[in-house]
Amino acid sequence: MTTIQRKKISPIAHLTPEDIEQIGIELDAIRDEVMNSRGEKDAAYIRRVIAWQRGLEIGSRGILLFSLFPPAWLVGTAGLSIAKILENMEIGHNILHGQWDWMRDPKIHSSKWEWDHVTPADQWKHSHNELHHTYTNVIGKDNDLGYGIMRVDEDQKWHPAHLGQPFYNMVNALFFEYGIAAYDLELGRNLQTKERRRDPKFRAALKGVRKKIGKQVLKDYIVFPALSGPFFLHTIAANFTANIIRNVWSHSVIMCGHFPNGVETFEKTSIEGETRGEWYLRQMLGSANISGSRAMHIMTGNLSHQIEHHLFPDMPSNRYRTIAPKIQDLFQRYGLSYTSGPLPKQVASAWFKVFRLALPNRGEAAIRRPIEKKAPAPSTRWRRAEAPAPAPAPAPAPAPATATDLAA
Amino acid sequence: MAVIRNLRTGAWRVVELITTPVVPADYLDVIAPLRNASVLRAKIDAVHAETANSVTLVLRPGRGWVRHEPGQYVRVGVDVNGVRLWRSYSITSPPWRSDGRITITVNAVPDGAVSTELVRNAKRGMILHLDPPTGEFLLHAPRPPKALFVTAGSGITPVMGMLRSALHELADVVVVHSARTQEAVVFGSELRVLAAEGRIRLIERHTRADGRLKPADVAELVPDLLERETWACGPNEMLDDLEAHWADGGAAERLRTERFRPTLLTGGGGGTVTFTESGTVVETDGSEPLLDSGEAAGVLMPSGCRMGICFSCVLPLREGAVRDLRDGRLTIAEPGDRILVQTCISAAAGPCTIEG
Repeated sequence: MTTIQRKKISPIAHLTPEDIEQIGIELDAIRDEVMNSRGEKDAAYIRRVIAWQRGLEIGSRGILLFSLFPPAWLVGTAGLSIAKILENMEIGHNILHGQWDWMRDPKIHSSKWEWDHVTPADQWKHSHNELHHTYTNVIGKDNDLGYGIMRVDEDQKWHPAHLGQPFYNMVNALFFEYGIAAYDLELGRNLQTKERRRDPKFRAALKGVRKKIGKQVLKDYIVFPALSGPFFLHTIAANFTANIIRNVWSHSVIMCGHFPNGVETFEKTSIEGETRGEWYLRQMLGSANISGSRAMHIMTGNLSHQIEHHLFPDMPSNRYRTIAPKIQDLFQRYGLSYTSGPLPKQVASAWFKVFRLALPNRGEAAIRRPIEKKAPAPSTRWRRAEAPAPAPAPAPAPAPATATDLAA
Repeated sequence: MAVIRNLRTGAWRVVELITTPVVPADYLDVIAPLRNASVLRAKIDAVHAETANSVTLVLRPGRGWVRHEPGQYVRVGVDVNGVRLWRSYSITSPPWRSDGRITITVNAVPDGAVSTELVRNAKRGMILHLDPPTGEFLLHAPRPPKALFVTAGSGITPVMGMLRSALHELADVVVVHSARTQEAVVFGSELRVLAAEGRIRLIERHTRADGRLKPADVAELVPDLLERETWACGPNEMLDDLEAHWADGGAAERLRTERFRPTLLTGGGGGTVTFTESGTVVETDGSEPLLDSGEAAGVLMPSGCRMGICFSCVLPLREGAVRDLRDGRLTIAEPGDRILVQTCISAAAGPCTIEG
């Protein structure tokens, strides 16, 4: 798509600045309600998921000690794949977001957690929590739009190298954890010049990644295979397969978050002086959900509730499901479209875009409309808008605006 | 021996390779929570009711526990509605118990989240978190010939620890204890038995009927009080009065006091923020984030999104209170706490100390 600012018909043209701040006020109210009710049940949930995950991992790795026998290989590999997916998605991703920091349990805390992934947690937290979640879908600021190797928006400049992007994306899917490590290191940028290559900060980060890769590889490809003795090679194959399955799964889920059809992107200058309401609106339009069963939501780390997650990245993941109807209602009342679809449809939509944008823009998309540039201004995203003064007493409360009202 | 030790550390290293990115202890904790010496825990062995509002917990501390001195306290971490909160409790058992158990006695404080949770819900088998024992409220050696203990309410707890540990070494002991009613006296029957046996002179004061005890009253009841080595524990006003009285009598060095909770000043109107690492002190009005206040004063602070979502800016709150500027939620740190707070959306709600 084209950035919202360059669109012929903007999907937010019907919203006044007051509407946008009102959206923020309503979302803050939803947030407060959940955050104030966090408690024992939520704590029990994450501890239960962690216990299950660890049990499943131990069990699967135990079974894989006998990986010579095909049923053991299959069951062990399947179990290990699920364990790795849970560990990365519902546990690691969400703990590193600080969703469970409120428990003040130093073992389950964003500042202490380390995950089964080649990128060290602190590097990932910077590129993901800070950059991606603050600057979601802003072209030139949010590198998650194509991870720096692909063009996923018409307003990203085409280069002949993009012709190969379906292939890059496939390789990235298979080795996604290494892709993320390279991305967190900003390898493309940092390897460009000698000066950058020698930057001590970059060298330290590189060392961190090398150490982490070493540990991960040692565990999956040397220690566990060695423990299975004569079945060494079978266990290597099993662990490799589990890693690939985890990679392809998480890559697919993550592609569904911001690439499918219906997701909006934004110009860099559009976020100058951004208010809390405007930031919320950008998250609403810049994310897409995946519909499915409870099991599906857990296996995606509740990233199937990408919209809810982007609105409240530090809300415990088990709560997204409960607020989704309210969020959907809010979209409807303000005449906005809540992008959601089943996994195969969303994955296909994202892949279609990767193929389509490998080629330069044609037709309507090739016309670049000018945008109104905003003057630089500090953002006030943390500051809540004041609720408007209540209407004078005798006036009846206005009926909630419907999509048609707002469009009119 | 050395060979075995090397083999053991070698084997442990292999186990660490297996469990990476977590540590073996994370798995073992599920089965044996008390064996982990780096995370001190205790199992509740028994719960005894003391009064209608207090219980004594018999705790089995795990590996890593160090023997306490009589009069010391221990910080106990309890999960209350999913949140781990820490409070200090005096140890009421002597340090040499052959079964290695310690006891703490908890009084339910009105609105006290932890004390209420423990008094109402503590059960045998529950796991609590501990810090090593600490505190300077101690009996010194050699033991004084004449001792006086002035306590009120739960202030009796450290003194009970001392009496149970060292009464046989003390020749002349007076205990002046205040409680609301006779039934509300924690360890009441034990104290009365000691008094009946002539091992202590016990002066009980029931404040609901007789009013609060003043230093002048104590002087009347214990005429030689300024000659006695004295330990006092109770509400801050009582300790302030006693300190003034002892200072007036020129015996300030004979009085030792233990304060359970410093008076916490919280208000909406900000307060003095102390950044311990840089030594910077900033006055704030409570309307701007700690991150902004600190940076404006030249403190180098970690930062990220500046809107409360990325958790890059968290720093430990060591003491005092901060308020979340978004929803007004208060976070209060007791002495000894290290609560990580998001500095980009938190403002001072009273004087506070930030490690940064």
